[in-house]
Amino acid sequence: MLDNHAKLMQFFSVAENVTGRKKLQKMIYILQKCNIPFEEKYNFHFYGPYSEELTLRVEELCNLGFLHEIKEDKSNYYQYNYTITDDGKEFLQQFALDMPNYEEKVEKLKEKSSRFLELVATMFYFDYLPIEEMIGKVHKVKPKQNYSEEEIKEAIQFMKEITLN
Amino acid sequence: MAYKDQQLSEEKVFKDPVHRYVHVRDRVIWDLIATPEFQRLRRIKQLGTTNLTFHGAEHSRFNHSLGVYEIVRRIINNFENQSHWNKEERLLCLCAALLHDLGHGPFSHSFEKVFKLDHEYFTQQIIIGDTNIHKILERVSPGFSKEVADVIAKTYEDKLVVSLISSQIDADRMDYLQRDAYYTGVSYGHFDMERILRVMRPIEDQVVIKSTGMHAVEDYIMSRYQMYWQVYFHPVTRSAEVILSKILHRAKELYESKEFTFKLKPIHFISFFEGKVKLDEYLKLDESIVYFYFQAWQEEQDEILRDLCERFMNRRLFKYVEFNPNLQMKQWMELYQLFQNAGIDPEYYLVVDSSSDLPYDFYRPGEEGERLPIHLVMPDNSLKELSRHSDIVEAISGKKRTDHKLYFPKDRLDALENEELKNKIMEILYGQGEVRDVR
Repeated sequence: MLDNHAKLMQFFSVAENVTGRKKLQKMIYILQKCNIPFEEKYNFHFYGPYSEELTLRVEELCNLGFLHEIKEDKSNYYQYNYTITDDGKEFLQQFALDMPNYEEKVEKLKEKSSRFLELVATMFYFDYLPIEEMIGKVHKVKPKQNYSEEEIKEAIQFMKEITLN
Repeated sequence: MAYKDQQLSEEKVFKDPVHRYVHVRDRVIWDLIATPEFQRLRRIKQLGTTNLTFHGAEHSRFNHSLGVYEIVRRIINNFENQSHWNKEERLLCLCAALLHDLGHGPFSHSFEKVFKLDHEYFTQQIIIGDTNIHKILERVSPGFSKEVADVIAKTYEDKLVVSLISSQIDADRMDYLQRDAYYTGVSYGHFDMERILRVMRPIEDQVVIKSTGMHAVEDYIMSRYQMYWQVYFHPVTRSAEVILSKILHRAKELYESKEFTFKLKPIHFISFFEGKVKLDEYLKLDESIVYFYFQAWQEEQDEILRDLCERFMNRRLFKYVEFNPNLQMKQWMELYQLFQNAGIDPEYYLVVDSSSDLPYDFYRPGEEGERLPIHLVMPDNSLKELSRHSDIVEAISGKKRTDHKLYFPKDRLDALENEELKNKIMEILYGQGEVRDVR
């Protein structure tokens, strides 16, 4: 019961705090691509792969008092910060989850900006295409982001590193 | 004449209870409808187990797919001479609308959950794989099938085209709300679609609504809200879904145990159990096959599989109580243990089911709001986000609602001979609220 909620709680316990809903979306997607068994279903949306299920689950976890959400006013937008609560820790203890160790990956993901993770997640979304086609596709679906060649190279390197460890 | 431009010698129509008629003139559309992959949708119900609650809900994904095609056809006719509309995209839009649900299997929700499948993946595979659909699309032009697949996957570069099939006010939703309302017989779900179609305007990367049509859109948003809670998340339907999922889990578990031999070898399910479903196997499985196995599994040796199938086939569903995972986690764990003591396997007979919906989402720049909001085009041609202008929509914008229910077989509990154990279980369940009878 509620195994998928528990997996997310474990993620928040590992990450300690996550800043930004978009960043959270991309982190879970990239972890899925690294074969960490999160089961939220993703579709392609305006900022790349996005999971409605994840949005709803996180909202539920907040409503249940397992996650603490802080809304920060950044003048032209709001930013959300998530941390696990004591009730959340207690909830998590009731589950014996069989998850691989992915702490290092989470650390790497946390260091990156949401713009960069959006690029990486989008490239992962098209990872069935040959590399040149994949890059072309990223530019086509995200013309307004104007990703530079440097950023694309960095993303390719990051994808290799994060899937290896 | 090029295949993509060929027209039927006379227009064909499908009589339709929602749109009155579905009109087909393009040869390509007529050929796509005739393929086995599209005809298969006749054997998959649009609403899965909802017919156990609303007996009229027997309509299929075939009906709905034709309906979405018809709505897009009407929208495009209205766009014909408007700026921003590229007439070259017409056939692409019609094909994507017709084929958007092609990869749905029987009882998609449960199958996807249990066997970790994704109907959107299969939609893509049917369109770009070695199928009749693919051959027809490639006759239009080389690479056309990929474009159709991209529109459905929302990765097509022209977002205006994507938004016709997939946005907060798209042809898909406009059809299923009206169609599901019609077949379930509920009075929710109705709105003035003709009016909405008349006030839709194409702009650079989305469809916007002329501000004078705002009230029709409000009605549509409220219809959606009500349909979710009154029909789609109906607790009785969810009870049937719970049982269906548990049947699939049990059959998979028995298959994996290697100690159990099915009287009837589940050949159509083996690739699902093994997690290696190929496209041709996926296409073979429709609802009639699933019902056949559920019928047969009532004769199997395994008591749990037999009982669950018998419940599903004869609508002997689980009862439910409201459940709050935050406040009642300890009671749930206690119940889990008590069910085990009573010899009722809680993995199959004590199930929490959760439903959530976000009726309308507005745009929050930079940070989130990955759904494109509905924009109104004002008399001065400026755009205004719907919830900023409509008090009704504002009231439900960005508000998610979640509902948790605990399902269990009350008849099994009633039949317990150990009175003390029975009373203890009932006390915990009844203590959480009244046990609801699903009949």
